[in-house]
Amino acid sequence: MSRIASTFARLGAENRAALITFVEAFDPDQETSAALLKGMAARGADIIEIGMPFTDPMADGPTIQQAGRRALRAGATVAGTLALIRAFRSVNQTVPLVLMGYLNPILAYGIEAFAADAAAAGIDGVIVVDMPTEESDLLLPSLQAHAIDLIRLVAPTTSDERLPIVLKESSGFVYYVSITGITGTRTASAEDLARDIPRIRRATALPIAVGFGVRTPDQAAIVARHADGAVVASALIDHLAMGLDSGGHASPALIDAVLDDVAALAAAMRAARQINIGLG
Amino acid sequence: MNKPLPNSLRGLPDARGRFGDFGGRFVAETLMPLILELEAAYEQAKQDPTFQDEFNYYLTHYVGRPSPLWFAERLTRALGGAKIYFKRDELNHTGAHKINNCIGQILLARRMGKTRIIAETGAGQHGVATATVAALFGLPCVIYMGATDVERQQPNVFRMKLLGAEIVPVTAGAATLKDAMNEAMRDWVANVRDTFYIIGTAAGPHPYPAMVRDFQSVIGTEARAQMLDAEGRLPDTAIAAIGGGSNAIGLFHAFLDDAVALIGVEAAGRGLDSGEHAAALARGRPGVLHGNRTYLLQDADGQITEAHSISAGLDYPGIGPEHAHLHDIGRVSYVAVTDEEALAAFQLCCRTEGIIPALEPSHALAHVAKIAPTLPAEHIILMNLCGRGDKDIFTVAKHLGAQL
Repeated sequence: MSRIASTFARLGAENRAALITFVEAFDPDQETSAALLKGMAARGADIIEIGMPFTDPMADGPTIQQAGRRALRAGATVAGTLALIRAFRSVNQTVPLVLMGYLNPILAYGIEAFAADAAAAGIDGVIVVDMPTEESDLLLPSLQAHAIDLIRLVAPTTSDERLPIVLKESSGFVYYVSITGITGTRTASAEDLARDIPRIRRATALPIAVGFGVRTPDQAAIVARHADGAVVASALIDHLAMGLDSGGHASPALIDAVLDDVAALAAAMRAARQINIGLG
Repeated sequence: MNKPLPNSLRGLPDARGRFGDFGGRFVAETLMPLILELEAAYEQAKQDPTFQDEFNYYLTHYVGRPSPLWFAERLTRALGGAKIYFKRDELNHTGAHKINNCIGQILLARRMGKTRIIAETGAGQHGVATATVAALFGLPCVIYMGATDVERQQPNVFRMKLLGAEIVPVTAGAATLKDAMNEAMRDWVANVRDTFYIIGTAAGPHPYPAMVRDFQSVIGTEARAQMLDAEGRLPDTAIAAIGGGSNAIGLFHAFLDDAVALIGVEAAGRGLDSGEHAAALARGRPGVLHGNRTYLLQDADGQITEAHSISAGLDYPGIGPEHAHLHDIGRVSYVAVTDEEALAAFQLCCRTEGIIPALEPSHALAHVAKIAPTLPAEHIILMNLCGRGDKDIFTVAKHLGAQL
């Protein structure tokens, strides 16, 4: 069983949802993102998403745009991102890692080389924001050959008729973009999720993670009651970005503070489903 | 629909929106259902005679089509070779070819029940054209424009404001056309249900490259008939400037199956080897940006690099996918012209023809000026004079050292 599947199976047995945290590779430098990766795994992240910086992140809001710019200034490349992941895997073989990015850097690296090197580095899943199902034959055979899950995005605009098309050949989990908009802007309400998640459940047996606009422990807890995972990205990056010193660097205290957020999110999500069955 | 002739180059794209290896629909899932809805609506409109009648009505009575075909006699004599004709799309309402496409798209937006219009703009010509049609049809309109372009295209910014559009300056990246397009896409993703995105060039996700081409092909269709009237034959060569490539594909499409040499002129900026240019075909590699696979200016890691041109309308690191295909199969030749050469051609046109051209077609004219003297007098060159230069006089004055 893949790391992603076994993680969701274990969490299902524990009756809790996955906390999926996000790190933009090389934001603001390689050392900080390495420390965040390691620290997030230690402080309660069940799965970690690693953003591959791109000059033109069309689906991202200002927070991730700026993170990408800092990362590119720090020399981020696809090869550098994979090196970061290899270093993490040398100390952690259990937490699933998902690469999230845009297609062009992958094409420039070479599709087959990317799939092979990402698998060798210890990547479990890939999300390519600007590659809808209609275009995914470009990447899918290489990813499948290297046992990497191609994780699909589903949006509020994805109709019931379209869901089976989007979810065909999808694996790992389904990433539900819970708002129509860019990352880190609006937030879906509990009512939205109560309406939307069952609609997707009817179309797939895969776990469903909710992203775009999950910022606080309370919001993560709401997601945990409806879905199988919550992705928190912009809120963590905002905390990091606001604490950078005048030279654009992160102090150890700042990294600890961001990791405290991760721990608070993890605690809220662990408690979220316990309320119904009584604490303890 | 008629099945495209197997030996015709005019039947693309295919069902996936591909022109050979280029094009496609590389957008986030949030937009994908909208792109499919747009495609279906456009296919239906294309076959509806009332839509075509409506489109033609506005082109005739509002835009002022057909635009004249003008024999540039003094320029021909000055260059001393081939006979040069201008297709005068700079005489259109709003001063450029951009309005042709905007009329088509806003009619489609109305047909689809969309109530809000957004667009990106570089030089501001597409922004002005979009603001114009939005005013004409009484729809609210938001224009995304790079902050750098807002600075260098003040007259057009003011025009758009007069027309009632809201201008959003975009400060990301180099703050030019590419960044404006990113921001317009973000707006669209956030407002998918009521908003129609009028893309200004023959690029972006399918069906935009085909749709923009179709609306702009009126240029070549008219020019072809006008040329037959004027000379009793087709031109030997047709030339147009290329940023994203909408005026060029609009001119070329009618001639793709004819024995007419086609030349697209990219912006070489400060020189192809200076690193400061916008020549995606000459110096780019295939990749994916803004919804389509095409030639892009990019570094070894697939990061998009900034384009440069004196002409804001050509300042884009990509090119429409149909051009990428026509380049690869060798049907169209693509050359490049520097800022300096375009400035010289701009002045030549003013003085020989009494026409102040935009800096975009000045690039095409600079190439005409290079080749015309080497060609015999019976060789006919047709050039798309796709925009007028009123918007550029401040930029040109600055480069010529004049104080306004």
